[in-house]
Amino acid sequence: MKIAISTSGSTLDAPIDSRFGRAVRFLVYDTEQKTFSMVENEQNLNAAQGAGIQAAKTVVDSGAQAVISGHCGPKAFTVLSSAGIAIYHCETGTIQEALEQYASGKLQPAKDANVEGHWV
Amino acid sequence: MKEIVIISGKGGTGKTSITASFAALSKNAVLADCDVDAADLHLLLAPSEQESHPFFSGHIACIDEQKCSACGTCQSLCRYDAIVAHEGKYAVVASSCEGCNVCVTFCPEQAIDFPERRCGEWYRSITRCGPMIHARLDIGAENSGKLVSLVRQQAHELAQQQQCDLVLIDGPPGIGCPVIAATTGTDAVFIITEPTCSGKHDLLRVLELTRHFDIPAYICVNKWDINPSMTKEIQDSARENGAQVIGTVPYDSHITKAQIAGKTIVEYGDSIAAISIKQIWQNFCAAIEI
Amino acid sequence: MLTLKDIGFNNMKLAIASGKGGTGKTTLSVALAQASTAAVQLLDCDVEEPNGHIFIKPEFTSHEQVGIAIPELDEALCTNCGKCGEICQFSAIVTIADKTMIFGDMCHSCGGCILVCPQKALHEQEKVIGSIDSACACGRNSNIEFIKGTLDIGQAMAPPVIRAVKKKIRPDMLTIIDCPPGTSCPMITAVTGSDFVILVTEPTPFGLHDLILAVETMRSMALPFGVVVNRAGSGDNRVSDYCSAENIPLLLQIADDRRVANAYSRGEGLLEAMPELAQQLRALIDKITSDVDTSTKGEQ
Repeated sequence: MKIAISTSGSTLDAPIDSRFGRAVRFLVYDTEQKTFSMVENEQNLNAAQGAGIQAAKTVVDSGAQAVISGHCGPKAFTVLSSAGIAIYHCETGTIQEALEQYASGKLQPAKDANVEGHWV
Repeated sequence: MKEIVIISGKGGTGKTSITASFAALSKNAVLADCDVDAADLHLLLAPSEQESHPFFSGHIACIDEQKCSACGTCQSLCRYDAIVAHEGKYAVVASSCEGCNVCVTFCPEQAIDFPERRCGEWYRSITRCGPMIHARLDIGAENSGKLVSLVRQQAHELAQQQQCDLVLIDGPPGIGCPVIAATTGTDAVFIITEPTCSGKHDLLRVLELTRHFDIPAYICVNKWDINPSMTKEIQDSARENGAQVIGTVPYDSHITKAQIAGKTIVEYGDSIAAISIKQIWQNFCAAIEI
Repeated sequence: MLTLKDIGFNNMKLAIASGKGGTGKTTLSVALAQASTAAVQLLDCDVEEPNGHIFIKPEFTSHEQVGIAIPELDEALCTNCGKCGEICQFSAIVTIADKTMIFGDMCHSCGGCILVCPQKALHEQEKVIGSIDSACACGRNSNIEFIKGTLDIGQAMAPPVIRAVKKKIRPDMLTIIDCPPGTSCPMITAVTGSDFVILVTEPTPFGLHDLILAVETMRSMALPFGVVVNRAGSGDNRVSDYCSAENIPLLLQIADDRRVANAYSRGEGLLEAMPELAQQLRALIDKITSDVDTSTKGEQ
């Protein structure tokens, strides 16, 4: 399965970007193939509004079935949940560390958005 | 690190003057001027600009008159009265254009361009009271709150980088998108009101907003001695609506004199206003544990 | 051929705006309406924090809701083609995989998605975002039709409510429009289409700074305007110096007077504290009315 992780870097050592909606990009990791690809999110940084919604759409279109990120607002949460994507909260550390925590069941799936929307 | 926003509901209650004083009294804060429509904090803090960045938000429609066949489809579809007849063709009124993409999509001649819209600028500066993020919205620009959110985000990141304990946000008037953007996710809202019917009316609307977003609210009555019985009424109302009353500031002409001198009131001698504001700051810091 | 103005009808739309909040827009709007002996409309377009009613004390006879149109989807007809999400600039409608989702509070009611849907699967439904209250025969002379717009708490967008209030403008009487502070979309929506704008300010650094922004806005919209200084004497001369230097008419200076502040705090209008001002305000309206056709448009 594929997992999308928000980040500003482009390797597994890169730190997690704590923002989901306005993250620079997503590293999409394939747990079976043990490979990854990058999906850009910069087009959403200048969005007039709805960055979270667009980022969620980007993740859905990438085929990911889970997301690891820090702050996920209510609209992004709604979009991801509607697509059946599980959201895991992890704010700090590298992507590699987050994937290890996910694999060992240390990350809990979120039941709700963990931040207010930015109302833009 | 805590984020505090200072708002007022009604304009002109003294929000910026008092925010600037708090900035002068705070030890380790980043300042964020989120009143991007009519930013005044810089007039007291004299920021020295280190970086400036243009701010783009959304798009604007622009009719190419060479390609325009004057069919009028754009005008008939525009819901914002933003398209007018002009010299036999049609033109977009920039200040009314919502950037919705409808005319662009349905123009039979594909005669309408849709460039990104520059809406303003934001700056990172240093002041005698700490680092400051501020912005200027271009006239007529949309004030969705996106620039406010950007200023807040930059201030938050700067505070993390510089290990500051506090982000002090000078908020906008009203209760609409910019206020919401300035307020969501903060640790406390500090509301400056005045002892007038208008002040009370607007305070109650603001408190509804803070309840809606579930953020603790603290109030202070400025110019309290203009109407002491109204001051009491407001304080009682505030408590009934779940806010904590932190103090009062007397009417003091020194506040304007300090403004003219380009100083915050707490840097302008020991006026009655300065003494009250210092006390209020102490009380507030104790209340929110910073 | 005589116009309505020639035979004494005043159908001017006079907007009262400012850059800075709290300078006295509502105070002046109410006082102008109260000073007039002819029938006037007073529109409170500061829909986020309307205050005019505190001074006018109207008995409202009508209350109507203001709604905006947001899309509703007939899922049976939807093929998830995604065209709606593509046209939408506001992320109010988005198609992901096998679902199309609508976020009503992001919607700007442009109608784009409805127009573009090949299956005609979207239609509009109304979402209430505010209200309008109206009252007739208000004020000390019973000559004021007072219309107040209110944006519901938690709603983000003021302009649709402001536009709804302005739809009530009558062409056959003077309309005074109390505008929101600032120079962004709510203020722009309120002043658009006015015949003249009075910018109210105070003689302080903040007052001048924000006045300059408001002046730039007026010039960019080619609207004729003039300045009224409130609380004159409480600061310095920078505002009047600026007006001279920029050739901007300084229409009136209202002296700083604690009696006014006290009266205001009790919900009493300017004319209660300064009754002598009524004549000056009537003269101001007459002057603006006669100048409107010939005044410069405020451009340098």
